[in-house]
Amino acid sequence: MSERRFELEVLRYNPETDSAPHFQRYSVGCEEEGVVLDALNRIKETIDPTLSYRWSCHMAVCGSCGMMINGEPKLACKAFLRNYAGVIRVEPLAHFPIERDLVTVLDDFMDKLARVKPYLIPKEEKPLSAGEYRQTPAELKKFKQYTLCINCMLCYAACPEYGLIPKFIGPAAIALAHRYNQDSRDGGRDERQEEIAATEGVWECSFAGACSEVCPEHVDPAGAIQQVKIASTVDWYRDHLMPWLKK
Amino acid sequence: MSRKPYHREVPRVLWFFDHPRYLRYMARELTCLFIGAYTLLLVVGIGRLAEGRAAYEAFLEALKSPLSIVFHVLALGFAVYHSVTWFNLTPKALPVQIGEEFMPDWVIAGAHYAVWVLLSLGILFFAGVF
Repeated sequence: MSERRFELEVLRYNPETDSAPHFQRYSVGCEEEGVVLDALNRIKETIDPTLSYRWSCHMAVCGSCGMMINGEPKLACKAFLRNYAGVIRVEPLAHFPIERDLVTVLDDFMDKLARVKPYLIPKEEKPLSAGEYRQTPAELKKFKQYTLCINCMLCYAACPEYGLIPKFIGPAAIALAHRYNQDSRDGGRDERQEEIAATEGVWECSFAGACSEVCPEHVDPAGAIQQVKIASTVDWYRDHLMPWLKK
Repeated sequence: MSRKPYHREVPRVLWFFDHPRYLRYMARELTCLFIGAYTLLLVVGIGRLAEGRAAYEAFLEALKSPLSIVFHVLALGFAVYHSVTWFNLTPKALPVQIGEEFMPDWVIAGAHYAVWVLLSLGILFFAGVF
């Protein structure tokens, strides 16, 4: 494996000393086959140990290393250095407050995720002795794509609606709510609809589709949001035109 | 340790110049203005029709002006862009699962194009083109 020098411009912010972030330039030797995360690790090991960023798995599974690379939300572990010409500009994920350097504040997303109840709420409680909740392969396939979300938040950084209207619940949380709503074992849809069928939920989305374009796991949150819109519209017509069907 | 998170400003007005995908999105949103304007033109036409033959013929004559032709060409272009971009997105909103597999995207988008062609032909037929 051959090494090459790469130029990186990294947004730095130290809450203890800085009033605003600024760019810092690094020139670092890195393997030609490396990714941006490798370059950041090399900078931290050999040039500047104060550089802060999140990472864990280095294989696009943990969802920790999301950042803006040349203005595009990317996982740093999946962004190959050889695909970039010239200086590579690295910034924290857009639309999130900066905690320090490339580390963002995640509280808003975590709150929203909890609000949509992204877990199975069984239709009927069964005693353990009654055995497992069974599901056919077709029933599994109905929602499997949405289970691939790794909560990396690239979709929030890409979503112009979330940038302009931060109260929007946002792509990943809605996609995960949809994942459980589509699950044949689940009975929690009414509880989740309170959050996602509201103005701050799917109706804030105007289908820019950026979330699905940047999703590293091809979850297609934009698709999930449109499907929730259709299902919620059907609910509304059913409630208003056929009230006798109401449970 | 005290925290002091830094909040970056999001440009309120010209944010869509940040990335080509936002420009494409705004172009799609912009198409609705031309479709809205064309709908208004149709409503005006119906109004003229109700006013009598002379008014309606004056309206038809006005449609032949160069400005009107430019508007119609633009409106057609934007209407086609509007329809194509939305039809191409329909598989995301309307996935159809048959057994275990999902129907391919082109079938769902294609069905929309087919209905579009059929309806257009139907309208042209009733308008006496054929």
